[in-house]
Amino acid sequence: MTPAAARYRVAIIGAGPSGFYAAEALLRSGQSVSVDMFERLPVPYGLVRFGVAPDHPKLKQVTKVFDRIARMENFRFFGGIEIGTTLSISALRSCYHAVVIASGASIGRLLDVPGERLFGSRQAADFVAWYNGHPEYKHHAFDFSGERAVIIGHGNVALDVARILAKTPDELKHTDIAAHALEALAESHIRDIYIVGRRGPEQTRFSAKELQEFAELADCDPVSKLDGFALPAPDASLDAEAHAVFATLRSFSGPMSARRRCIFLFGLAPLAIAGDSRVQRMLLRRSSGAGSAEVAINCDLVFSSIGRRTAPLAGVPYDEAKGVHANIGGRITADGVALLGLYVCGWGKRGPQGTIGTNRACSVETVDHVLADLPQTDDPPAHPDSLFGPAGNRIPYYVDYSGWDRIDAEEIARGAAKGKPREKLVAFDEMIATARTNIAAEPAVVTRPSRSGAQCETI
Amino acid sequence: MPYVVTDLCNGCRYTECVSVCPVECFHFDDQMTYIDPENCIDCGGCVPVCPVGAIKPAHHLPADKRQWIEINRQRAAETPVLTGRLPPLPGADERKRAILQR
Repeated sequence: MTPAAARYRVAIIGAGPSGFYAAEALLRSGQSVSVDMFERLPVPYGLVRFGVAPDHPKLKQVTKVFDRIARMENFRFFGGIEIGTTLSISALRSCYHAVVIASGASIGRLLDVPGERLFGSRQAADFVAWYNGHPEYKHHAFDFSGERAVIIGHGNVALDVARILAKTPDELKHTDIAAHALEALAESHIRDIYIVGRRGPEQTRFSAKELQEFAELADCDPVSKLDGFALPAPDASLDAEAHAVFATLRSFSGPMSARRRCIFLFGLAPLAIAGDSRVQRMLLRRSSGAGSAEVAINCDLVFSSIGRRTAPLAGVPYDEAKGVHANIGGRITADGVALLGLYVCGWGKRGPQGTIGTNRACSVETVDHVLADLPQTDDPPAHPDSLFGPAGNRIPYYVDYSGWDRIDAEEIARGAAKGKPREKLVAFDEMIATARTNIAAEPAVVTRPSRSGAQCETI
Repeated sequence: MPYVVTDLCNGCRYTECVSVCPVECFHFDDQMTYIDPENCIDCGGCVPVCPVGAIKPAHHLPADKRQWIEINRQRAAETPVLTGRLPPLPGADERKRAILQR
């Protein structure tokens, strides 16, 4: 681990899938490159930890790949450092030949309808972060005292939200769902969960595989309201996936015997959320068939799940139309001209779509540009050590990967006692204390065994 | 329930699947790719990117393709991991056109 020895230094902002795949591509390139990864939270993995649903444990096995990348030579992890607040982009750029932004799309898109601010109207992304134990969302309270929830959106996140609301405590208690979420959901009175999309059943964004999971719920019946939507002809230009989704939806018509129902509705565009001081009705306009009609669903909770956009970063041009950092193939651009040394990969580059592995191809493309540009970059005026060393007081502390290893071990130990794969730490101070990686507290004197092995000498 | 590369890959080997696999579970020989069922995390990302639709979930395989579950397991154990894309095999594009016109 001697980053100073590498010819080029690259900083990656964000420790989610696209950041790790960018690090891998850089470190495998055969070029003399070191990578410093900066993560806002004290823990790595991004949406694999805070987005992937707790009842999808197999997907989370991808973290083994990220751990392997993190242990490659010339890689360092700096958890708990937010670029843009703790450290500016320009301060970072002054220390590195290139900076790759891999911080995703953190802002949930609003429905932009009246009543969206009523109590009971929530972002799906907030609910996901809450049940996954994101430290900034642990105090979000969700009120499950009502019986009906409406989810607006037909993507896989909408399915995650519906499934977590639909599952029984027994179905969730052996997952890594946050303890506060398991407790609150165990008291839930929700019975009817509406999953509402603007378009037809052949145009959903969710996958047949995730839809099929609704047929296997312990105490919830899935129902599709397909009236007026015909199965497209076999020769229609529909891919196999769309056909599989339609077929799965058509199978959701069995007898109703379970305590809960998930009701899939199509061709309904949101008009307004109505209620006195809190959500009481979701108003929609039927957009299919002849003419249009208004539809009202009485409900207590509304989750908006219609996508995300990237949070703008000071000093980085933004593409308002696409909701991403302005870029061409991963090179950040200002007025269409590439800014040498500044790059983006993942959702901040292409928008929030694709599977985890889509980020591998995406990051490889960006890194190809980084590697092509590195010989043209000037050596940065400052060294990263100036950010952390005794003279650099800009960074109060950070969590390195061995700190994360300690958090990881602690979480697994706490989970084992409850029959869970892990019990996530959800408080910043507890994470930091468990990681015990404090720059100020790092030993100034390192000891090593003397040649005789009998004593230690101080160096 | 891992995913399985079927015989439709044999002779094309486009390897688009490899570039989007999050866990590098694709192996290869001179004819085609194979998925290591021990490493596959069921994300399904490879399915839509295959130009000939050769990759299927194991539980959706028709009876006459089910032997590919075992073939993938066996060949993945015998062949090297593929970490990046390879050029398609000669004649792959003609073969793809023929498959898509079926």
